[in-house]
Amino acid sequence: MSQNVSNMLYLVTIICFILALRFLSSPTTARHGTWVGAAGMAVAIGVTLAHSHLHIGWRIPVGAAIGAAFGAVGARRVKMTAMPQMVALFNGVGGGAAALVSLAEFHNLVPAAGRLHGDVALAIVLSGLIGSVSFAGSMVAFSKLQGLISGRPITYPGQQFVNLVLLAAVIAAGVAIVAGTERQWLLVALLLGSLVFGVLFVLPIGGADMPVVISLLNAFTGLAAAATGFELDSNVLIVSGALVGASGTLLTMLMSRAMNRSIGNVLFGAFGKVQAGAGAIAVEGTVRSVTAQDVGIMLAYAQKVIIVPGYGMAVAQAQHAVAELADVLEKKGIEVDYAIHPVAGRMPGHMNVLLAEANIPYESLREMDEINPQFAQTDVALVIGANDVVNPAARNEPGSPIYGMPILNVDQAKQVVVMKRSMATGFAGIDNPLFVEPQTSLLFGDAKESVLKLVSSVKSL
Amino acid sequence: MSHFAQVVVELTILALSIFLGIEVISKVPTLLHTPLMSGTNAIHGIVIVGAILVAGLAHADTLTSWVGFVAVILGAANVVGGFVVTDRMLEMFKARKPRPPDDEGAE
Repeated sequence: MSQNVSNMLYLVTIICFILALRFLSSPTTARHGTWVGAAGMAVAIGVTLAHSHLHIGWRIPVGAAIGAAFGAVGARRVKMTAMPQMVALFNGVGGGAAALVSLAEFHNLVPAAGRLHGDVALAIVLSGLIGSVSFAGSMVAFSKLQGLISGRPITYPGQQFVNLVLLAAVIAAGVAIVAGTERQWLLVALLLGSLVFGVLFVLPIGGADMPVVISLLNAFTGLAAAATGFELDSNVLIVSGALVGASGTLLTMLMSRAMNRSIGNVLFGAFGKVQAGAGAIAVEGTVRSVTAQDVGIMLAYAQKVIIVPGYGMAVAQAQHAVAELADVLEKKGIEVDYAIHPVAGRMPGHMNVLLAEANIPYESLREMDEINPQFAQTDVALVIGANDVVNPAARNEPGSPIYGMPILNVDQAKQVVVMKRSMATGFAGIDNPLFVEPQTSLLFGDAKESVLKLVSSVKSL
Repeated sequence: MSHFAQVVVELTILALSIFLGIEVISKVPTLLHTPLMSGTNAIHGIVIVGAILVAGLAHADTLTSWVGFVAVILGAANVVGGFVVTDRMLEMFKARKPRPPDDEGAE
């Protein structure tokens, strides 16, 4: 196949990818987007395999088969609650692939002196560095979310300093390579240093901040892919990498804004550790505990109910029971909506996926800005396994570590029912004044069992 | 085309793609942010093209072809896993089912 024909076909792939993202602007067309994207990918792979100089051998088909089998089995088996770590894993392997391509390309180009242009060397250094950081960081994020290592921030004295020195050393190695020191050990050292940096960079970040980290690493892998495109003079890699880089960056900014923190604070703040001594607000007052029967009556005589799901609901696998409860209530003519906080779940938009899995129609899933004005006209706000995102201290207590974070204003509802396993604090370790408000009652117990009790109690009325 | 001219063209493409990416992505609703992330994840699996190119270099020595081999494995896992997982998620997003007429007061 001539170079011109293959470049035209790569353009088809580029158009497919852009259309795939366009289709994602609506849930009705989103699924077509995946197919268009996959078709574009198939074209690109086919064109690449048809390159006249390519020596296919056994490694390419065998490698592709192993990778595809691993990817397909992982993607088929993963539970929707475990989606964040799966995305982190696939993100990491992409970054790793980019780093390895840079190593192979460097090794291949270096022996012939003078063949390595400065810009190609720069692209190799960048894709190696960013790809390795993304690979190692994603693996740590995966391990944290999977529970292989503690989700708590892991910190030690002088951590920032160590990270800074390591990053400076890696960058120095990169500068040396770009300046013309074409030594392979230098690139290997750069890759190893970047891997260690990736690990150390994510270790101090807590599990609750993972949405930000995963989207940032997603952007990193995109940029690494774009840099690979500069190495190989491949437009399709440059465009795709840039699209992913833009997407990841945008989501990262969106997530940090939803937590009212700067990206720097999320990445380097070691949340919780720093705030521990800063005077957590002591909440005084008594909580009112109610039975499922009481709540059932409350719900059955309401006109408008808003359900506020949190990650606790997903952990208890209560989403199907919640869907059943909503169904029972809607059959009684009660209006039921879901209030979805932007950081509900463990990655951007995670809660929507979990509720969609329980067959809840997406029209009922309301974003924070849309639903907040409606709480004042709501009879019952049912908070299931959410804590920090409904904490009014974020609005009222300037001393609170989450002060300024946009929250769901459930405290404005006429009655609030908070379903909790026990009287423990949320992920950020902050007491919640909502629990002692006069209109709030608490229903203790496992989320799934409690919701099922509510279903039977509403049905019996 | 001289090497420098080629680099300038590539930088132009990069810059335009970033702006295009921001435009397209900002139209994706929060509802679909997880599929967006895993979809873009699948898209950066395009590095498999780079992996195939280095794994299939005609005069590659042992190191290049083995590194390329591992890169192909990782790239293929990225592509297949990314698209399958995205499709699985999007399959679940359903619109409200039309209800029997006497039930319509719910929304």
